[in-house]
Amino acid sequence: MRDTAIVAFAQTDHVRHTDELSEVEMLMPVLHRVLDATGLKASDIGFTCSGSSDYLAGRAFSFTMALDGVGAYPPISESHVEMDGAWALYEAWVKIQTGQVDTALVYSYGKSSPGEVRDVLTRQLDPYYVGPLWPDSVALAALQARALIDAGDTDEAALAAIAHRSRAAAADNPHAQLRGPVPAGEYVVQPLRTGDCPPVGDGAAAVILAAGDTARALCPRPAWIRGIDHRIEAHSLGVRELTESPSTYLAATRAGVFERPVDTAELHAPFTSQEVVLRKALRLDDSVDVNPSGGALAANPVMAAGLIRLGEAAARIHRGESERALAHATSGPCLQQNLVAVLEGESAHVQ
Amino acid sequence: MSSEPVAVVGVGQTKHVSARRDVSIAGLVREAAVRALEDAALTWADIDAVVIGKAPDFFEGLMMPELYLADALGAVGKPMLRVHTAGSVGGSTALVAANLVSARVHRTVLTLAFEKQSESNAMWGLSLPIPFQQPLLAGAGGFFAPHVRAYMRRTGAPDTVGSLVAYKDRRNALKNPYAHIHDPDITLEKVRSAPMLWDPIRYSETCPSSDGACAMILTDRAGAGRSPHPPAWVHGGAMRSEPTLFAGKDFVSPRAGRDCAADVYRQAGISDPRREIDAVEMYVPFSWYEPMWLENLGFADEGEGWKLTESGVTELDGDLPVNPSGGVLSTNPIGASGMIRFAEAALQVRGRAGEHQVVGARKALGHAYGGGAQFFSMWLVGAEPPSS
Repeated sequence: MRDTAIVAFAQTDHVRHTDELSEVEMLMPVLHRVLDATGLKASDIGFTCSGSSDYLAGRAFSFTMALDGVGAYPPISESHVEMDGAWALYEAWVKIQTGQVDTALVYSYGKSSPGEVRDVLTRQLDPYYVGPLWPDSVALAALQARALIDAGDTDEAALAAIAHRSRAAAADNPHAQLRGPVPAGEYVVQPLRTGDCPPVGDGAAAVILAAGDTARALCPRPAWIRGIDHRIEAHSLGVRELTESPSTYLAATRAGVFERPVDTAELHAPFTSQEVVLRKALRLDDSVDVNPSGGALAANPVMAAGLIRLGEAAARIHRGESERALAHATSGPCLQQNLVAVLEGESAHVQ
Repeated sequence: MSSEPVAVVGVGQTKHVSARRDVSIAGLVREAAVRALEDAALTWADIDAVVIGKAPDFFEGLMMPELYLADALGAVGKPMLRVHTAGSVGGSTALVAANLVSARVHRTVLTLAFEKQSESNAMWGLSLPIPFQQPLLAGAGGFFAPHVRAYMRRTGAPDTVGSLVAYKDRRNALKNPYAHIHDPDITLEKVRSAPMLWDPIRYSETCPSSDGACAMILTDRAGAGRSPHPPAWVHGGAMRSEPTLFAGKDFVSPRAGRDCAADVYRQAGISDPRREIDAVEMYVPFSWYEPMWLENLGFADEGEGWKLTESGVTELDGDLPVNPSGGVLSTNPIGASGMIRFAEAALQVRGRAGEHQVVGARKALGHAYGGGAQFFSMWLVGAEPPSS
């Protein structure tokens, strides 16, 4: 494996509405911030890859507008995934592994504010048997939460504690949408209350990857990607054991998570109950600092929230606050698809 | 660091038609995937990862359909990536899959692209009016017709050239059992008398709207050694993008297309594409794009592309056959169209193109483009493994 690191990360301040901004206007400042941090120009970048969704934007080919913000002339080597930006990072990491390029710019963005994101996400479901029923994202997460409670894996008080801990951690995160504890609130769909659900909002994030000595030249303390893998599960909820996440476990195994303990984990768990599932799959105990950024419960810009987990984990390594961190991203109903990466600081780089 | 050579050992397509009412979306993609596995004599268990591509999700009314398709494509427990780069996506998807093998992340990858356009109306799916953004002017034809007109004005090409392309591609399609449009009674006169849609583009010179899927199995050198049929080897592959609109953009011959081709030729060691490449599968959704891309891809000097078409060079038995499969003009499940170009190029160098085989094809180019002539993806495949 070719040594590759996250050398810069930037994100917007995530907010409920960005009516005054187009996607490209929302994105451009974060692109400039990661380029400025490394001193690179758009034309220095070997490969660019982004993640976004036409369904959120409400128009076909929505990602083409973002190219205006990248400054793609002279033409650039570029690709796009209709997935969370974490998978765009994965594609860029593969491109660096081929040896064709040494640097990559990765970005993603999502504006949930123009529509009802709970309704929009129902369009991800099997269009013949499930989609016509319009079960929304909260209802599906509530099914999973109920299964966890029934199995004795958690209870409503424990879920409330996850919500409290996450929002309290976000008090120090200037980009978070919910900063500081919020009331548990009423049930949205039992057993999930307002406090168990992520805020709906708009946001963007960008990351720069670099290989080997290029990374060392661009960043005083690169966050080396020691392993990265992603796996998908069956779509039908009826054939899945919702209290477990075998795809997360498999991705983590292949990414090398269990070879040595991590000190930090940024988990993409939009609902409190999903943190319970992920902690179990990833064998995380109380010695691990989980979601010091506040996680998706503090800011969940759809399509960017997974990339932000990778960025937040990397930023802690950049700042010297972590030696070995786990980052996780998810997609699909009830954690159907999961990506896991292990990031390390230079001092932990012992061959 | 040397990268792993990538081989195409399996190709599968559905019979492309205007509406596959007999299958679900999952059924459609599985049909192509199973055929690719059969071609490679592999099973689902041999596949390490799945890379899927398609154009806008609005075409089927399904957001991120790969989530729902994981089961049908045997992806459960495996990595699955979903690429979307507009019309070039079928090509980009194949390149993302090829990189997984090239980087030695995986050994054998299933890549697939599809569109089931009968689920909606593609022209209006591409025409969403949004305040403050440039709409695509009632379908792709409305967007591209002015650029065709600019090409004709720039080169002085006679206005009969477009119909020659359509007449050739529709006749080639008759030799391809998977092509959507099969019109055995086609005549040049019929092509020329079709109604004008977007002047100078006639109805007969436009691509159809198709339901279809295309799949390929990509593998490493060891995998290629086990292939029951000759593999196609990837000698070069690249993507290039530029913005939709900007001052100085050359819509007739976009720089992103020229740069992309130059990158592929450099990787493949091609110095004279016209002489060294035996067959081209080029993304020609409107007839005139054949002469335009012949120039953009370096097969003809600027202003000379239409002369190759007019003199019969691009015919199936010509010196440089273009779209022996019948091309996008005969088959257009949008998200799959780019992959069909890549796959047909592979079939040519594998000697497995059947009736539309170009005799002795050793090197072939697959080409796709999308958006406002701004996203390009290409690969060059050969009958022999790459030398370096």
